[in-house]
Amino acid sequence: MAEVVLEGVSKRFKENVAVDDLSLTISDGEFVVLLGPTGVGKTTTLRLIAGLEQVDGGKVLIGGEDATHAEPAERDTAFVFQQYSLYPHLTVYDNLAFPLRSPLRGLAEAEIRRRVSEVASMLRIDDKLSNPATRLSGGQMQRVAIGRALVRRPNIYLMDEPLSSLDAKLRSDLRLELKRIQNDMGATILYVTHDQIEAMTMASRIGVMDAGKLVQIGTPREIYENPLSTYVAARLGQPAINLLPRALLGDLPVPPGTATIGARTEHVRLTKANGAPRGIAGTINWIEHLGDHNHLHVAVGDADIVTLADPDSGLGVGDLVSIEFARPLFFGASGMRISG
Amino acid sequence: MNGNRTAYSVVEPSHITKRIAGSIVVAYAMLTLIPLVWIVLTAIKSPPDSISYPPKVIPWVHFEPTIEGFCNLFTTRSRQTPEYLATLPPARGICESQARAKNMVVVSESKYIPRFLNSVIIAFGSTALAVFLGTLAAYGFSRFRVPLKDDLLFFILSTRMMPPIAVAIPIYLMYRELGLQDTRIGMILLYTSVNVSLAVWLLKGFIDEIPREYEEAAMIDGYTRLQAFRKVVLPQAATGIAATAIFCMIFAWNEYAFAVLLTSGDAQTAPPFIPIIIGEGGQDWPAVAAGTTLFLIPILVFTVLLRKHLLRGITFGAVRK
Repeated sequence: MAEVVLEGVSKRFKENVAVDDLSLTISDGEFVVLLGPTGVGKTTTLRLIAGLEQVDGGKVLIGGEDATHAEPAERDTAFVFQQYSLYPHLTVYDNLAFPLRSPLRGLAEAEIRRRVSEVASMLRIDDKLSNPATRLSGGQMQRVAIGRALVRRPNIYLMDEPLSSLDAKLRSDLRLELKRIQNDMGATILYVTHDQIEAMTMASRIGVMDAGKLVQIGTPREIYENPLSTYVAARLGQPAINLLPRALLGDLPVPPGTATIGARTEHVRLTKANGAPRGIAGTINWIEHLGDHNHLHVAVGDADIVTLADPDSGLGVGDLVSIEFARPLFFGASGMRISG
Repeated sequence: MNGNRTAYSVVEPSHITKRIAGSIVVAYAMLTLIPLVWIVLTAIKSPPDSISYPPKVIPWVHFEPTIEGFCNLFTTRSRQTPEYLATLPPARGICESQARAKNMVVVSESKYIPRFLNSVIIAFGSTALAVFLGTLAAYGFSRFRVPLKDDLLFFILSTRMMPPIAVAIPIYLMYRELGLQDTRIGMILLYTSVNVSLAVWLLKGFIDEIPREYEEAAMIDGYTRLQAFRKVVLPQAATGIAATAIFCMIFAWNEYAFAVLLTSGDAQTAPPFIPIIIGEGGQDWPAVAAGTTLFLIPILVFTVLLRKHLLRGITFGAVRK
């Protein structure tokens, strides 16, 4: 495992800037998650580190050495692709053994066998080793793809939405498994996703990307609690953070320059208004029952505020409520955070 | 639901539809097989039986099968006086006996076997070369940014737009100057140049179908691009390569016009040689038919051997990507 550093890396495809002057240090043993919607350059960043794309500017340092122009094989990274990319003409065993059989490594077949069976039992695919790679379920294929990375001890594991094509149950199982493996091995991982649960639960640090730039990086807590902009704030939170125009909220005290107020669903406090409501008033117009908790949709003027509520809160559709914000976030007209 | 969903048919054909389709296939197969059957039958007739009218169709009923055609194919014979024949020791071998019965002796082996071997060498050689070059070129066109890629591909295809025989005279003159006339290497190069354009286009289609991620995965797994090509792309392109090889093989094996023009001796292939047999003492149709029958076998074997790949070629694209 090694430290990987990107220094002012840029990449463009014809007119499109995919990665724009991006600097990022992934420390040895760190699990960094890149978060952002489709098309902001997350995958390109991984491919630049792997050497599948050449940078247009900047440097890629792997383990302290300049790998900017090194061949993919020389960089010794492992990549888990979104679409599995198992070698279809090989069995599961041969897929897992493939990286170990590289002439670069020159491992003995006995050592290869040992490592493959170790990883296969860790991922619980040891009974599938003689299957053709194409005769597996989606979840099994993905585990083989992850296994093909794990048989090696590369400088860094690069994972491109490895769990996105799996069903919810399997995704959460594999998520836990990956985190456990990372803890056990002390692996350096750069992981791309747009699933916030994956980001929150696995990451040591989350990097949020927008239009090829890294707009904020920090621990999951920092990103969640102290977003630097509405863009970052909107990346995390399910349902998404309430972003409300200043004008809607009448006499709420706010720092000067505030244009938007952000309130996470769990920070919105509702009290049933008896008679005239205090502060901000709203009407509950819809309740989503999720079992362990409810989402209440509250109409305030023409905006819709979503809150988290206890199923036993006693609030019902049509109720008039007064609204308070526990920890509001203030954003200026540009969308940047204003401390206050 | 990740089962073997196929890309072509959603509705299972009914029993009757299958029957009708089956009968059409059988009828068509019979129609196309008649000339082949006739050639094989002619090969085992005697020369008079082969031209009798009404035709004799069923062996052992209408005519007595004989290997005379094959004997005549493989030997040259000369007519002798009965007096001379009487001085000879008894005939050895079936062909010699058959010749003696017609007051002839076997003089030598015919050129059929060397011509046949020429065909084998030239067809396999040019097929291997065309497929080898075609695969590399197709991979390059499929994966790399090649300047003027579309124009180059069109240029490659355009070499097939006129009938090859249109350039026969220039090629003849060129080959005479270069000393390639009537050489195997000359014929291999010629058939390769005709086939390579077909090979590039066919194989590019197949290689385009193979997702790049496989090579990328292999390169990250510690292989060079060439190693990744060999270990990952080639096995998956096997279907396409087999199909392309069959097309190239059939062309090179059956080609007649250039072979007549450019070969006459050492490098002559079987197609121009077979009809020459007719001229040697009467219309020896059984010998021609025997030569043709034997000539069909290699291509049949080649196709059957690669059949598995051809069938997989049809279902290409039904695999999950």
